[in-house]
Amino acid sequence: MENRKALDGKNRKEDPYSPKGDTKSVKIRAFGVTKIYPSANEPVYAIRDFNLEVEEGEFLCIVGPSGCGKSTFLRILGGLIAPTSGEVTLLPGKADVPLQSIVFQEYAIFPWKTVIDNVAFGLHMRGFPRQERREIAFDWLRKVGLVGFANSYPHQLSGGMKQRVSIARAFANNPEILLMDEPLGALDAQTRAVLQEELIHLWEDLRKTVVYITHSIEEAVLLGDRVVLMTAHPGTNKSEFWVPFKRPRSFALTSAPEFGRLTYAIWQDLQGEVQKTMEKQR
Amino acid sequence: MKLRSWSLDIKNRDRLLSVGFPILLLALWELAVTLKWLDARFFPAPSTVAIALWNLIVNGELLGPFWLLPGKIRAGDWSGALKVFEEGHLWVSLFRIFAGFLLGAIPGIILGVIMGMNRTIRVAFDPVISAIYVLPKIAILPLVMLVFGIGEISKIVIVGIASFFLVLINTTAGVRDIEPIFFEAGYNYGANRWQMFHHVIIPGALPIIFTGLRLSLGTALIVIIAAEFVAAKFGLGYLIWFSWQTLLTENMFAGLVIIMILGALFTSGLQAIEHRLMPWQREERPATVDVSDVKSAKT
Repeated sequence: MENRKALDGKNRKEDPYSPKGDTKSVKIRAFGVTKIYPSANEPVYAIRDFNLEVEEGEFLCIVGPSGCGKSTFLRILGGLIAPTSGEVTLLPGKADVPLQSIVFQEYAIFPWKTVIDNVAFGLHMRGFPRQERREIAFDWLRKVGLVGFANSYPHQLSGGMKQRVSIARAFANNPEILLMDEPLGALDAQTRAVLQEELIHLWEDLRKTVVYITHSIEEAVLLGDRVVLMTAHPGTNKSEFWVPFKRPRSFALTSAPEFGRLTYAIWQDLQGEVQKTMEKQR
Repeated sequence: MKLRSWSLDIKNRDRLLSVGFPILLLALWELAVTLKWLDARFFPAPSTVAIALWNLIVNGELLGPFWLLPGKIRAGDWSGALKVFEEGHLWVSLFRIFAGFLLGAIPGIILGVIMGMNRTIRVAFDPVISAIYVLPKIAILPLVMLVFGIGEISKIVIVGIASFFLVLINTTAGVRDIEPIFFEAGYNYGANRWQMFHHVIIPGALPIIFTGLRLSLGTALIVIIAAEFVAAKFGLGYLIWFSWQTLLTENMFAGLVIIMILGALFTSGLQAIEHRLMPWQREERPATVDVSDVKSAKT
């Protein structure tokens, strides 16, 4: 936990990443994050010297070639892995809500719990009484269109529905920060488009701080306020792009010429890194 | 659209086969004894075995003098009622099996979870457990009797030892088999140690724990019969052994039938419990396709 201590004023001044007269407050600050895994020959860098700053209420997307360590970084943010070096700070606001919740990559909803118990899981762990947590969970099931499946088990759901449960579980927990690890990565293109739009609506209602990992540039541009690119393995900062499109957004944005121009510009920047990854794998 | 009626037909055919073929075998057996193809002294006919079974019940050998029960209960003679059960081979074996099973399974699950979660303990215990596990449990019956005497305790203990290792090994495997992402999800959503145990570890490992329980109940049956062969004056194993020594083969076969019924009851009983405890495992599986059903396989 020592890597996630709150910043006081003094610490903030010394930090090279402090905002320069910005009115918006910083919510997440990662500086020089490095994760090394020991291996037989030489230590393997999962992520190397990665810096990131996320403002409160910002939807930030991280895009990088496969194996660049973006999931590792998200797990570091989520407190599941400790970085080998570097500092990660999530600034807590209100005391009574959890700081962060993760929406996982694979179907990490519990197969042994019903849909509603899965959605209520975080609330349950935090000691909400049964009636109250079920009401909140039911509310979220309504929002993701799964009311009719409240008492079903995950194996009875389709992939898209399972991931809706996973998203509802995170939102129902009402965290200050949502960490999403390629939540739609395993879905087919059409289901993914539907869920992207749902995600936009859910987020635009609440404007929580989001760090969203994806390998899809289109998805990052459609959802995010800003896109941070990572280099090939070991991942570090490559570049970043502001996404200027107005909200509320919808899937229709993907047909706009500016959308195509921006995704292509990002692709041109990222292309070389993807090439490197492919050459390394060969 | 013939498919529907065809699949219904094959279901009925399967049902008919699974009931009809065993009946056919029994009928053949009966016929073979009647025609003296089989020696009735060694292989008594199914009808003879059925009569022997009936006699064992009415003379109180199998179930004890159960007709005395209502009177004893009315008189409030509880120790007398208990004595009725102590004289029936079936009850004696059942008690040994279940007492031993509980004695072994509960610590097996507890230590299994600990070993599944804790690397240090697992690595230290693993060689010892693997070494004892391969030992046929009945081989240590003499040792157990040295320690616990020749009474009831040593029979329960030997069943307990046999159950313990099977449940332990399967529980450890079950906990190790849980996807790490479930632990990550539990931790990220704020589960403490106890909550992790209750909401992630136990339900996650339960299917394989039940595999262990099923195996150990089967082994318990084997071990107790074997132990009763050599070191008991009551129990199904003793009934079979004694019937063999006195050449009452129809009683011997009756004992085998009882054991078969017990085995089937144990399996279906555990399945019912599994069904209740793990509703998420209830799945309508699609009908499996046999190789002979696939047209191209015929070429």
